[in-house]
Amino acid sequence: MMKINRKIALGFAGLLALLAFYVNQPVSAQGSSKELIGAGATFPYPLYSKMFDAYHKGKGVQVNYQSIGSGGGIKQLENKTVDFGASDAPLSDEELKAMPGQVIHIPTCLGAVMITYNIPGNPKLKLTSDVIADIFLGKITKWNDKRLTSLNPTAKLPDLAITVIHRSDGSGTTYVFSDYLSKVSNIWKTKPGTGKALDWPAGIGAKGNEGVGGMVKQTPGSIGYVELAYVIQNNISAATVKNKSGNFIEASLKSISASAAVKLPADLRVSLTNTDAKDGYPITSFTYILLYEKQNYGDRTMEKAKGTVELVTWMITKGQQFAEPLLYAPLPKEAAAAANSRLKLVNFNGKPLM
Amino acid sequence: MQLQVQQTRIIRRLKIREALFHKTLSLSAIILIILLFCMFLTLLVSSLPSIKALGLKFIYGNTWDPVSGEFGALSFLVGTLLTSLLALLISTPFSLTIGLFLGEYYPKGWFSALLKNAVELLAGIPSVIYGFWGIYFIVPIVRSLEMKLGAPPIGVGIFTASLVLSIMIIPFSASLIRLVISMVPVTLKEAAYSLGATRFEVIRYIIIPYIRSGLSAGILLALGRALGETMAVTMLIGNTQALPHSLFATGDTMASVIANQFTEATGKVYFSALIEIGLFLFVVTTIINIIGRNIIKRFES
Repeated sequence: MMKINRKIALGFAGLLALLAFYVNQPVSAQGSSKELIGAGATFPYPLYSKMFDAYHKGKGVQVNYQSIGSGGGIKQLENKTVDFGASDAPLSDEELKAMPGQVIHIPTCLGAVMITYNIPGNPKLKLTSDVIADIFLGKITKWNDKRLTSLNPTAKLPDLAITVIHRSDGSGTTYVFSDYLSKVSNIWKTKPGTGKALDWPAGIGAKGNEGVGGMVKQTPGSIGYVELAYVIQNNISAATVKNKSGNFIEASLKSISASAAVKLPADLRVSLTNTDAKDGYPITSFTYILLYEKQNYGDRTMEKAKGTVELVTWMITKGQQFAEPLLYAPLPKEAAAAANSRLKLVNFNGKPLM
Repeated sequence: MQLQVQQTRIIRRLKIREALFHKTLSLSAIILIILLFCMFLTLLVSSLPSIKALGLKFIYGNTWDPVSGEFGALSFLVGTLLTSLLALLISTPFSLTIGLFLGEYYPKGWFSALLKNAVELLAGIPSVIYGFWGIYFIVPIVRSLEMKLGAPPIGVGIFTASLVLSIMIIPFSASLIRLVISMVPVTLKEAAYSLGATRFEVIRYIIIPYIRSGLSAGILLALGRALGETMAVTMLIGNTQALPHSLFATGDTMASVIANQFTEATGKVYFSALIEIGLFLFVVTTIINIIGRNIIKRFES
């Protein structure tokens, strides 16, 4: 009996030690610059994990990135439990004000939202902004609607009901898409508006890019919106979209990068949708890394702050080579330069970190 | 003398051990109650901002618009109750027949063991797998049915979700029904047989009346399970935030709207409104569970 008791006690002690170790871990991470913690957007996760893997191999710094969603990333940064956050949409003025310190936005790459559809015969489709808005508002309900046939005179468009498929989960993809529609349609702007989740006037919801892509692939007569990577990987049709300058643009890494060739505001918080760029695809956005301008908060060390800035600098320079193979559009030169000068503001007790 | 001292020592040690054992058991029981209470409290406190901002409109409102900050959960409540009740309606005849077959006709033997295990295995399948199976197997069938009926051929919706949900909840009611059927006293059944009753008559006039409350308890347990089911329903219901106007219409449930929107919910009232849906669901399932327990208790006494 005593023996068993001792064994149990030993087990408990072991468990306690393990627990203490586990609890202690983030604390020790606070001090070391060999390990950085980030959290946020799911969209750039495949790119970030590739980047961080390469960074670990090259510089010996381990980066632990949790893709819990932009909302979660912002919350973690607000609570100062991570070294950097990540978000697809820039923080709004209100959100910025609610943060405990000045937050810097650093774009790392670009993403695009593509209009994908399932029409028997698989014709190539050209769309304009007002037609896209009216389809998703539920005003154009048939594929052989006059406005669609006059845009696509050569395509065979059937007498088939349009089924709109949108995201059911809150997502940056929906944010970018609704931001675009709000810019091009006044009706859309008042209702449903711009957001990560909307009160949709038409259609059915599916979870995630893969959910929307899968549902479009399955449902004849459907139309949906997904990230570029899902169109290429699933080999589904996507429409060319007329941009502000009047050119029909096919979404490609080149035309997505081109959309950022515009004058950027000083703080880099910008919506790229409906871009002025001539060759730019109109439904694109930056995805951002977020970090505090004043890095000397909590019990952060100078070393740690420096490690964070070095990592982000690397991401917008050498790290960019990993974007294209993974179907992310790299930053155009001007944007990378703007981001770099923005990073120079980041300081520790007034001392610049790069 | 020495023997007596030793005896009392042993008895004292045993008593201490007994008390210690008793305390450990009651402690774990109490911790569970505290945990449940704390969960309720957390939900309540976290949903205070939305309770204050929205009031009763949260329950009767029909618009869920995170952009304008209008949150009404009525369509989710209707979607949840509709899919759950429909699933119950579809599954109950199957659970009853499975229960009768296993409890009355073949209580022993390899085939009944196989069937019993198969039914219980249904409960162990992760719900995301039911969702996948629904998308690739049930949805095309429902879609062709919709085309024949002239409904829009979407495939997903209230009907599809209820159909898959009904399969998911069969094991819960079937196991309980089988159990109560096997508890029907043999003397009662034999008395009926001796009076010349047929097997069907025994089931109709002896077994069914005897297990009535156990039957309802099984159905209520299955209902509780259906109310909280999230993943499979989210994948199959279409996630439309509107009151469903037909059986094939798309809808949304309380659990799936939480799963869908929680990760990206920014804004105080939005976040807290989602938690209030959780609170709402908690209360509804608790009430149903309490009713179920009471019925079981009546059956046992």
